[in-house]
Amino acid sequence: MLIAIAFYILAFTAIAAAFMVVASRNPVHSVMFLILTFFSAAGLFILMGAEFLALLLVMVYVGAVAVLFLFVVMMLDVDFVELKQGFLTYLPIGAVVALILLAEMILVGAAYFSGETKGVVEQNSDRSNIQQFGDVLYTQYAGAFEAAGLVLLVAMIGAIVLTLRTRKGVKTQNAMDQMARTREDGVELVDIEPGQGLG
Amino acid sequence: MPIMQTSADVALAATEETNWLLWTAFKTGQVLLFVLSLALLVAALVLADRKIWAAVQMRRGPNVVGAFGLLQTMADALKFFFKEIVIPAGSDKFLFILAPILGLVMAFAAWAVIPVAPGWVISDINIGVLYVLALSSLGVYGIIIGGWASNSKYPFMGALRSAAQMVSYEVSIGFIILTVIFLSGSMNLTAIVDAQGAGIWNWNMFRLNPVGEYGVWNLLLFPIMFYMGVLFFISALAETNRPPFDLPEAESELVAGYQVEYSSTPFLMFFFAEYVNIMLLSAMMTLLFLGGWHAPIDIGVKFIPPFFWFFLKTAFLFFMFAMVKAIVPRYRYDQLMRLGWKVFLPTALAAVVIVSTFVVFLGDKAV
Repeated sequence: MLIAIAFYILAFTAIAAAFMVVASRNPVHSVMFLILTFFSAAGLFILMGAEFLALLLVMVYVGAVAVLFLFVVMMLDVDFVELKQGFLTYLPIGAVVALILLAEMILVGAAYFSGETKGVVEQNSDRSNIQQFGDVLYTQYAGAFEAAGLVLLVAMIGAIVLTLRTRKGVKTQNAMDQMARTREDGVELVDIEPGQGLG
Repeated sequence: MPIMQTSADVALAATEETNWLLWTAFKTGQVLLFVLSLALLVAALVLADRKIWAAVQMRRGPNVVGAFGLLQTMADALKFFFKEIVIPAGSDKFLFILAPILGLVMAFAAWAVIPVAPGWVISDINIGVLYVLALSSLGVYGIIIGGWASNSKYPFMGALRSAAQMVSYEVSIGFIILTVIFLSGSMNLTAIVDAQGAGIWNWNMFRLNPVGEYGVWNLLLFPIMFYMGVLFFISALAETNRPPFDLPEAESELVAGYQVEYSSTPFLMFFFAEYVNIMLLSAMMTLLFLGGWHAPIDIGVKFIPPFFWFFLKTAFLFFMFAMVKAIVPRYRYDQLMRLGWKVFLPTALAAVVIVSTFVVFLGDKAV
């Protein structure tokens, strides 16, 4: 009973919030609704017994990715009139993406109802989610796992290369030099005679 | 009936279909009690913070309201409740009100998995560490939304700083916690504490037991884990926006950062959330590095309740938080970022590699 109530609340919230991501006019509100969608999806994961995936979703998507999203969107100078004008030009692309998504959903649904699906992770086992994930991730899917890591590494290097720029004439503090400074380097005591300057 | 139940009892109660309403009511009661005691503790800790700070600066601190100023926090809270809530024109009203609520809720929610004594936990889930990490990463939303919704320059800059800072230090906190998880072989907080029993030399921060799981090699782990403990403490300071890392509210540059436009109860909620988070990270460090509720030396004396030790260690860590606030000057922003990304992250990453090597080649749990 409790699980059923929780499911309907979460599912309804997820769908409503997903709709509002597209419908709301303020981009910051859109991101907020996106976060709500992620959160409800994480709740649904927990109801299915996939607590590790759920917390990973919250940690990675809500805790890091969406924060950066929000970060960027907040700093945008958004012109709301201009946003609406592009609607017709982008309609074909949007329609294509929507069709692809629909096809994928139908494919997944058909595959599920054909009854041949096999979970990677056993349900109701006394081994925890993480242990079961680890078992398959580092044996059966080790190649794919390493490939994913490599892709992320490339992305990371790309991001660093894009943002790395060395400008000349910038007085950057070198922490090592700073810490190696002694009292003798920094302070010079001079006895000045009265009536005379340092000059 | 005990106030806190173990996970087994709860699971039993949940499986009985007819009892779900009763179970919900029972859990709600537990949560309310927990929140109430946390709130009272915050009141005490705010006063303690101010008293410690005052003592370092050779002042008396609050000493007028109540005996020794004990009721000062209550008086302050009451004052905030009765002030007018000022909502700036041009602000996003809904988000402006939502932000402090979100911050406070996330701060309290993370406490659900913190075991304060054997079995004294609201929900003893097997990925407790991950849950705390996930929820503490959500705490940043309160600040970032509050800063943006204020529609004002200083709050916005404070919010941006805060977001960058908390995301940065979360990464190193994640790696530090990973080393502890490797050594205990579990993500359940109770199991992590149980792995550190029977003496101070088994605590993760002081691994000096030469006859344990790793034999003499354990002594090699000691400097690494001690360093990890220190890193965790400093990262915790940055994560909670405490001095010397309180740049999001640096009053000399940003007035008060993300809180500028907040008044009355919403401000109180931000303030409250900050202290609940400080307590949370002190408690986490107690559980992960300082043996949780275990006594420093187990001499078989049972009349000291385990909760006492947990509370003592957490309170000590809070004292350290307060002392750092009183002693250390504020960092510059680029120094803060350098420390997080160029010092903490690489060393924590190296420690993860070393510790996992130990666990794989020398541990009992090695596969």
